[in-house]
Amino acid sequence: MSIEVRNITKHFGKFTALSDVSLQIEDGELVSLLGPSGSGKTTLLRVIAGLESVDPDCSGEILFHGESVAGKKASQRQVGFVFQHYAIFRHMTVFENIAFGLRVRPRKTRPSNAIIDSRVRELLRLIQLEGFGNRYPSQLSGGQRQRVALARALAIEPRVLLLDEPFGALDAKVRQGLRDWLRRLHDELHTTTILVTHDQEEALEVSDRVVVMNQARIEQVASPAELFHEPATEFVMNFLGNVNVFQGRLNAGRALVPGLAVDVSVESEEISGPANVYVRPHEWTIHRQTNVAGSLLASVARFNHAGSIAKVALLTQDSREIKIDLPLERFNELSLRLGELVCLSPTKVRVFPTPDIRPKS
Amino acid sequence: MNRPSPATAVCVTQMPRHDPWWVRGLLISITLGFVGLLLILPLVVIFVEAFRQGWWVYLRSFRDPVAWHAIKLTLLATAIAVPINTVFGVAAAWAIAKFQFRGKSLLTTLVDLPFAVSPVVSGLVFVLMFGLNGWFGKWLADNDIRIIFAIPGIVLATIFVTVPFVARELIPLMEEQGNEEEQAALSLGASGWQTFWRVTLPSIRWGLMYGVILCVARAIGEFGAVSVVSGHIRGRTNTVPLHIEILYNEYNIVAAFAMATSLALLAVATLTLKAILEYRLDQQRAEAVRIVEVTA
Repeated sequence: MSIEVRNITKHFGKFTALSDVSLQIEDGELVSLLGPSGSGKTTLLRVIAGLESVDPDCSGEILFHGESVAGKKASQRQVGFVFQHYAIFRHMTVFENIAFGLRVRPRKTRPSNAIIDSRVRELLRLIQLEGFGNRYPSQLSGGQRQRVALARALAIEPRVLLLDEPFGALDAKVRQGLRDWLRRLHDELHTTTILVTHDQEEALEVSDRVVVMNQARIEQVASPAELFHEPATEFVMNFLGNVNVFQGRLNAGRALVPGLAVDVSVESEEISGPANVYVRPHEWTIHRQTNVAGSLLASVARFNHAGSIAKVALLTQDSREIKIDLPLERFNELSLRLGELVCLSPTKVRVFPTPDIRPKS
Repeated sequence: MNRPSPATAVCVTQMPRHDPWWVRGLLISITLGFVGLLLILPLVVIFVEAFRQGWWVYLRSFRDPVAWHAIKLTLLATAIAVPINTVFGVAAAWAIAKFQFRGKSLLTTLVDLPFAVSPVVSGLVFVLMFGLNGWFGKWLADNDIRIIFAIPGIVLATIFVTVPFVARELIPLMEEQGNEEEQAALSLGASGWQTFWRVTLPSIRWGLMYGVILCVARAIGEFGAVSVVSGHIRGRTNTVPLHIEILYNEYNIVAAFAMATSLALLAVATLTLKAILEYRLDQQRAEAVRIVEVTA
């Protein structure tokens, strides 16, 4: 089912949680809402679920499958909501937790006990917890509890699945496992899913599209690859992945950083003035020669190749640290020594003019 | 231990092992002596005095119709006050723990008022409100309604002094539990009523029972406030504690202590029930922790 959010605004007292937010989610998509805490991502999710109301004077609306859900309470929206801290019913067994949504239906639409039984068993198999039906939540690990919460949400055959930082309270290994499992589950069920997370790796790994939020607004909506390689704003650039930042100047289509001059894209050609120049750690070339034009001279300060890539930290002459990621083959080929002087040139840069000189549009 | 593990960090209540022997000995003997002198001894005295003239005299004290009436009245007041305060306690705890509203902290403080005010004063308040010369006294007299020196006054006073018990027990519990489980229930299609009966109530049941038990004990034993509003009319407005006082003042020592044993037994039963509830709660928690540690 498709979801459309149109011009939604939400305040908590004086705090603006959502400021005129609009978003379109297609049927069967898995979309992540990504952003730092306080960016409004959880509020947006709760507004969609009906657990939070929008401002009374907000004229925006939320459409499920083209139909406004304004008058519908959370219990009527048929959404599956999964909470960060599981919120599974601690006094009920796993079986009863999953069956809850079916048992509370009005008598007319309530399935028979036999149907509930088979439905719960099917879900227990889906979350790989067969044989756990009689256990209580206190007898489960965090990862197991969250899978039960997911099964409970799926039991009502929701039109949309909303996950609020579902893996946030779990440790890294379990999180990775559940993340992969969630993606496989989605490929199997194709339920429209919105996942709130502050973990960029999680967002980039599981989603079809990622919505980056900051200060109650949407910064960018794009596929994970596009987001990573073509960040629309400085915030997105900074938030996703590691970066090296230089304070430089823009001048006639060239970004100038002391000791480094690079050509930038045409759009910013007319702008001159201070700008931030970003280079990702993997977008550098290290030269053994020390006299390459348009490059930075730096000495090797540290390196660590205990992983799939080698991480090298270098110091420029003005004691600025630069982080570079190298493929292991290239690292071995270079066989850098500590303290050695090398030349660095970026293969790709992104330049964002410093806000105060940005032309008013 | 050089490396603090999470397990030792949790055990903050563990006894320090390096205190000199005499500190331990002194503290333990002060505590035991105090408990023995002020708590155990009086309890023993009650039973010794009650049975001083043998079983038969003891049992005969309960055959007095006035005593029976006192017992019935006490049970009646308790049977009305406890359900009312249970409903109020759940409602107040729910409101305080799960909603944000103006005057919330004031309400939390006010719930404690009956603890802070002397019971005699609470009794007097009712006399001033409903007594013959009180605010509503004239209107009540005109309509032939008796509250003070009658059963309604006793019930009102009992309700007043037992207001805090259930609410006080539930507020921290419900605040700690938050309302995510309720939200989950709503998102799964449950109505507010279903959410209350199936999710909220079961998750507070032990705390609720605990509060109710304390409430019952206080309702039965209340003396001060009830004494002021009752008028001590024998066979009509005397509760068990008031009846005991009258018997004692009449030097009917055996009968007074015999009645007192019923209250003492009730106190012991309450404590036992309370201990069992606490034990069960602890067991549940310990079990939960143990299993989480094993499966984690």
